[in-house]
Amino acid sequence: MAAATASRSGLRSALPLLAPAYLWLTVAIFLPLSAMVFFSFMTELPLSGKPWAFTLGNYAAFFSQSLYLTLLLASLRLGLEVTLWCIVIGYPAAYVLAKVLKGRSREAIFLLVILPFWSNGLVRIFSWAMVLREGGILDTALNAVLPFKINIDLMYSYPAVIIGLVHSYVPYMVLTCYLTLQAIDDSLIEAGRSLGASRLQVLKRVIIPLSMPGLVAGAALIFVPVVGSFMEPRILGGRTGTFYGTVIEDQFVAVFNWPLGAALSFILLAVVLVILAAASPVLKRAA
Amino acid sequence: MAGVQVSNVSRSFGAHKALDDVSIDFADGGFYALLGPSGSGKTTLLRQIAGFDFPDSGRIAIGGESVERVPVEKRRIGMVFQNYALFPNMSVADNVAFGLSVRGEAKAVIAAEVQAALDLVQLGKLGGRRPHQLSGGQRQRVALARAIVTKPRVLLLDEPLGALDKALRVDMQIELKRIQREIGITTIFVTHDQEEALTMSDRIGILRDGRLVQEGPPEEIYDRPKSEFAATFLGDANIFRGDSTGNGIRLADGTAIAAGAGATLAAGAKASCAVRPERIRIATDAGVSNATDTNVLKGQVSKRIFAGNNSTYFVDRAGQTLKVIVQNTGIERLSEGQDVVLRWSPESTVLIAAS
Repeated sequence: MAAATASRSGLRSALPLLAPAYLWLTVAIFLPLSAMVFFSFMTELPLSGKPWAFTLGNYAAFFSQSLYLTLLLASLRLGLEVTLWCIVIGYPAAYVLAKVLKGRSREAIFLLVILPFWSNGLVRIFSWAMVLREGGILDTALNAVLPFKINIDLMYSYPAVIIGLVHSYVPYMVLTCYLTLQAIDDSLIEAGRSLGASRLQVLKRVIIPLSMPGLVAGAALIFVPVVGSFMEPRILGGRTGTFYGTVIEDQFVAVFNWPLGAALSFILLAVVLVILAAASPVLKRAA
Repeated sequence: MAGVQVSNVSRSFGAHKALDDVSIDFADGGFYALLGPSGSGKTTLLRQIAGFDFPDSGRIAIGGESVERVPVEKRRIGMVFQNYALFPNMSVADNVAFGLSVRGEAKAVIAAEVQAALDLVQLGKLGGRRPHQLSGGQRQRVALARAIVTKPRVLLLDEPLGALDKALRVDMQIELKRIQREIGITTIFVTHDQEEALTMSDRIGILRDGRLVQEGPPEEIYDRPKSEFAATFLGDANIFRGDSTGNGIRLADGTAIAAGAGATLAAGAKASCAVRPERIRIATDAGVSNATDTNVLKGQVSKRIFAGNNSTYFVDRAGQTLKVIVQNTGIERLSEGQDVVLRWSPESTVLIAAS
């Protein structure tokens, strides 16, 4: 009873601190999003001046045409693959940052990890295009080193999309894992080894379980935006880069079918929420 | 079970010599304390024995087998860390089981061994708890159980009682000693607490600036310190400095102090004498004398600290403040400012070469 009163008065005194963020979120996210929910049930965009009516047709379109489901599954697979690559690449880097490097060298490497955040996303993707295309930097460099002639043209391919997305999102994994790894006391590693465990066994039984919250947070931060991504698939994937996200983008910028685009977006949101909810018991245990 | 031999081990970190030619023989089954101030190299030495760090030179043997280049996981040691280092993602029982399970023991064997180890540290019923649900003393016991359940050849303890409060620490000292006796394991115990070292160990090694200052049973180091540092670091001591007379020293003002123990020094060499505060008798008049207390000094009480069962008197004498501890067997007390006579026997006086 007393505790309940205390927490209520705590909430009241915290209100001035909470209010700005929530007001902003309400205005900046909730209002436009509600407008989008509204649009998704319309036959026509009201802004165009044409007559409109309420309909469920935009949602029905997703289920009536198998293309959308196929693309959604492709996007989910893309999200999964990019997340996995980010773990494979990001986790060891985070480990070295947190547990091996000290002082100056740690700061320098840390800066290199954060650098992609500070560069413009579009510039980043176009520079990848220069690297990956035939006669590009990778092709030229490899042919200069190798004794035989090979053709590297990764441009407009699935691997190119993966490369671009992994590059964009791997810092999230490094940062979240770095934070949890850094919080693990070094004496736990030493304790494990003193008990006869090899470094690999300590990693498997102590470090990875303890850094699970970071892995989970990183995976969620990466998986969700990658599933809806459209910039990297469009620029680096070309015709093979048609994914769920690019189709939604088309509805908004090319076809001007905002209601369908909005409906597809909310279906994606629902699917992602369902996936996160289904995974939450596992994630909670890990965290 | 096995003894540990450390021979001529040196280890530097950059320009800092953390260990400088240290040799100690840790006997099989003994309880050994490594005592020293912070930065003395005691933890570095423990880490060399554990295998977390390798010496630049020298040899370390466990049970006669050279291990100075063997990594920690292959040394079959047990270690208790200062902060206990329990795995927070595992239950108490899983923590204790860790060493057996990485070795690939059968589940039934592990369960029995874990229960036995938890029973030994009197935590038999808490196997299902998580480390964060335990008190400091209980975590300490779990860490100990985890370290000994694998039947290591040697048990290493890095200031294991430092984080406990005084009363609990005394309990754990007795407990630790009991368990060590029960399983008879060679134990090396790092501490900066001289009382802990005195009460628990069979032998003590005192380290300073990476060097072994003195090594031996607690009584021997206490009664026969070989340096001013050993005399003042392990227990309290009054130090007199002067010129050696062969069996004592002569102070600057000509007073002679006879020493019945310690180094043999040529007359005239710089030397010190150490006397424990509780060995000195304090009295108000010159009349009461004891035939054996031939060292006599006059002084004036400058301060008295009453501590219940004993009192500490600070006595000023020729620019030096001497410390005298008296058991309060009666109610008579000396007051500050009083002129007193200090007497003690040469047997309680240790002659030390000037360092």
